[in-house]
Amino acid sequence: MAELRTYRDWPLTPISRPAVGALGKTGTWRTFRPIIDEEKCVKCHMCWLYCPDAAIELDEDGFPHVNYDYCKGCGICANECPRKAIEMVREEVA
Amino acid sequence: MSSRRLTIKDVPREEYLLPGHAACAGCGAALALRLTLKALGRRTIMTVPACCTSIIQGPFPRTAITVPLMNIMFEAAAACASGIEAGLRARGIKDVTVLAWAGDGGTVDIGIQALSGAAERGTNFIYICYDNEAYMNTGIQRSGATPFGARTTTTPVLGKKEHKKDMPMIMAAHGIPYVATATPAYPFDLMAKVMKAKEIEGTKYIHILCPCPPGWRYPAEKTVEMGRLAVQTGMWILYEVENGEFKLSGPSRPLLKKELRKPVEEYVRAQGRFRGMTDEDVRRLQDWVDETWERVRRLFSS
Amino acid sequence: MAVLAGKGWKSIVVTGNHAAAWGARVARVQVVAAYPITPQTTVVEKIAEFVEKGELDAIYIRVESEHSAMTACIGASAVGARTFTATAAHGLALMHECLWWASASRLPIVMAVVNRAMGPGWNIWTDYGDTMAQRDLGWIQIYCADNQEVFDSVLQAYRLCEDHRVLLPCMVDLEAFILSHTYMPVRVPPQDEVDDWLPPYEPAWALDPEEPITHGNLVFPAHYMEFRYLMQEAMERAKDLIPQVGREYEKRFGLTGLDFMETYRCEDAEMIILTMGTMGVEARMSVDRLRERGIKAGVARLRVFRPFPVEHIRRLAEGAEMLTIIDRHISYGAEGALAMETKWALCALDERPPITSFIAGIGGRDVTYKDIERMALKAYEWMRAGEPREGVWYGVRGLELP
Repeated sequence: MAELRTYRDWPLTPISRPAVGALGKTGTWRTFRPIIDEEKCVKCHMCWLYCPDAAIELDEDGFPHVNYDYCKGCGICANECPRKAIEMVREEVA
Repeated sequence: MSSRRLTIKDVPREEYLLPGHAACAGCGAALALRLTLKALGRRTIMTVPACCTSIIQGPFPRTAITVPLMNIMFEAAAACASGIEAGLRARGIKDVTVLAWAGDGGTVDIGIQALSGAAERGTNFIYICYDNEAYMNTGIQRSGATPFGARTTTTPVLGKKEHKKDMPMIMAAHGIPYVATATPAYPFDLMAKVMKAKEIEGTKYIHILCPCPPGWRYPAEKTVEMGRLAVQTGMWILYEVENGEFKLSGPSRPLLKKELRKPVEEYVRAQGRFRGMTDEDVRRLQDWVDETWERVRRLFSS
Repeated sequence: MAVLAGKGWKSIVVTGNHAAAWGARVARVQVVAAYPITPQTTVVEKIAEFVEKGELDAIYIRVESEHSAMTACIGASAVGARTFTATAAHGLALMHECLWWASASRLPIVMAVVNRAMGPGWNIWTDYGDTMAQRDLGWIQIYCADNQEVFDSVLQAYRLCEDHRVLLPCMVDLEAFILSHTYMPVRVPPQDEVDDWLPPYEPAWALDPEEPITHGNLVFPAHYMEFRYLMQEAMERAKDLIPQVGREYEKRFGLTGLDFMETYRCEDAEMIILTMGTMGVEARMSVDRLRERGIKAGVARLRVFRPFPVEHIRRLAEGAEMLTIIDRHISYGAEGALAMETKWALCALDERPPITSFIAGIGGRDVTYKDIERMALKAYEWMRAGEPREGVWYGVRGLELP
């Protein structure tokens, strides 16, 4: 992304480019974080499918991992997991 | 054309709505958009009027959407899509899906004229109304899509006195080749409908009910559950109208039998926007649901 | 210098509306989205005819309102198509929101506007209220005085606006009925020569799945002002490019090219009448009659209102002892736009001529050469007595000039 220092750096009209973290690290919004228990997980991928923020990634083995930089802690994944393999745990106060 | 039953394996891994966007936690609309774009793929051009999605993209100079997107004025989504479609055709650019993605306000209220005009002209595009049942982006004011009894900031004390405008039926009356309803609680049904629409020539209209935690006042983790409950109570009917033929979708099919529909009260008690409804109000809402099903019974093939 | 005749040239006798349609046709516009409104209707009817007969290879979207007309043009232009539309009065007012969107999106849409009065009551005749009310939002504005100029302006507008140094939309304005429905001869250059002079539109940005972008999302105060400054800069560059495009057009086709002003007998004038549109041509007869009376009069017709040619106005004023300005427009609570902006332009001069300004012709009230002569005589009398007047309404019953 080009640096915007003077008006000559601006595009001629408001044009924005795709980027992860368009609004920054939305993970800072969380009060609770989802913790996935790999023992209970059956890799149904419904948590990945239902995340409004695409904040769950699937590794090469098909296990879901939460991207805590962007997870907002909504809890949909925990609510929908058919095996109750996800627990919402309160964030530690720094 | 019957839809293939989709499974998790059919869902593309590529993300077209990137993490770090500005939607509220648990946003049903963001989930619907994520699923819709997975169903449509890369060669899509979107136009988005003023609505929650205008903000969900994030601020200049970044965007969370990876397909070309034109923001446009509130009432104008379908007109902009008409122009995009014509421009692509004039330039000989083929195989691009034109998608208008608008909220309920920009569809059933201020946007209805442009939408009706585009449909009447048989414009080749997909119009999706993602319906969170109020002007959520501007702070939860009522829209024509707000259900009876809901408290909004413009119906704060007495709740909405009118019933929800039946936009899918209005679009079916335009005689367009495809109309469908969906909700992200049934993601494979939603995606199959979007994929079907992509393959049809002409105006396609899909109306997606999107639960909204701050607007409907329920805990964010229940967004998918709330969509399921909307369908299970019969408040939201999943169906398609293909070339004039009405077809109930899987989850709604059994609910032609009233006794299989969960009571509307369950839906009402689960959401803070309905607080203040009297028993009489809830009965009126239940009656509306039952009457709607009676009215549409004749339309749906068994 | 090209000859205005010969192989491929067409000599047609058409209304101003049809001249605008012909301009769009030879410019090879690709998408037209338009909604009918009196007295613009024959622009879009002619275009529909061209398209359905296969004489213009364009897509005509028969939209359901002017708001949708401009929005559809925006959508089409955003994917790189050359677009055209036309409207008048209430239609222009209805698309006001969209006009902002088009200019800030830097889309070179060209629109013919048939200047018509605003209601209530319904009035289909001419004044400049409709387009003057849109002068703030970044559209280039050209005001025509005959049908050849309408045709020429539409064609040159594409060349001017699609230049990457400009990229602003343009309204080509013509008076209701006086031009829109009056037949005049128009010469149309050969299509292959126009194609050579006006190549296909190359957008500076476009919606393209191969290079996805989002256009027009949230812009915080920290970023917004620079975008708007870039629009002002483009208007400034247009000031230089307008006469340049005009000169190239003249050289190529032998037709009168775009420029800011057309003057008649101003070289030795003591009083210059400054006005716009057909009044600026009608005034030539008034000037001749004034000269017969011994008053060294001249008339300057302003052709381009946006960007406002400050330098030209100053040069004009420096050459005159007094100015009489006639506006077919009123900004309620102030006076006519031409008068106000002229006075603004002259503010910086140490020496300014006295100015008397009139409001005339509102709602299509006829302004003949005799009316202009009367206004000029009165203005001359007042200014000779050292008492210039401003915003004098001419022709209102009960407000007769003394």
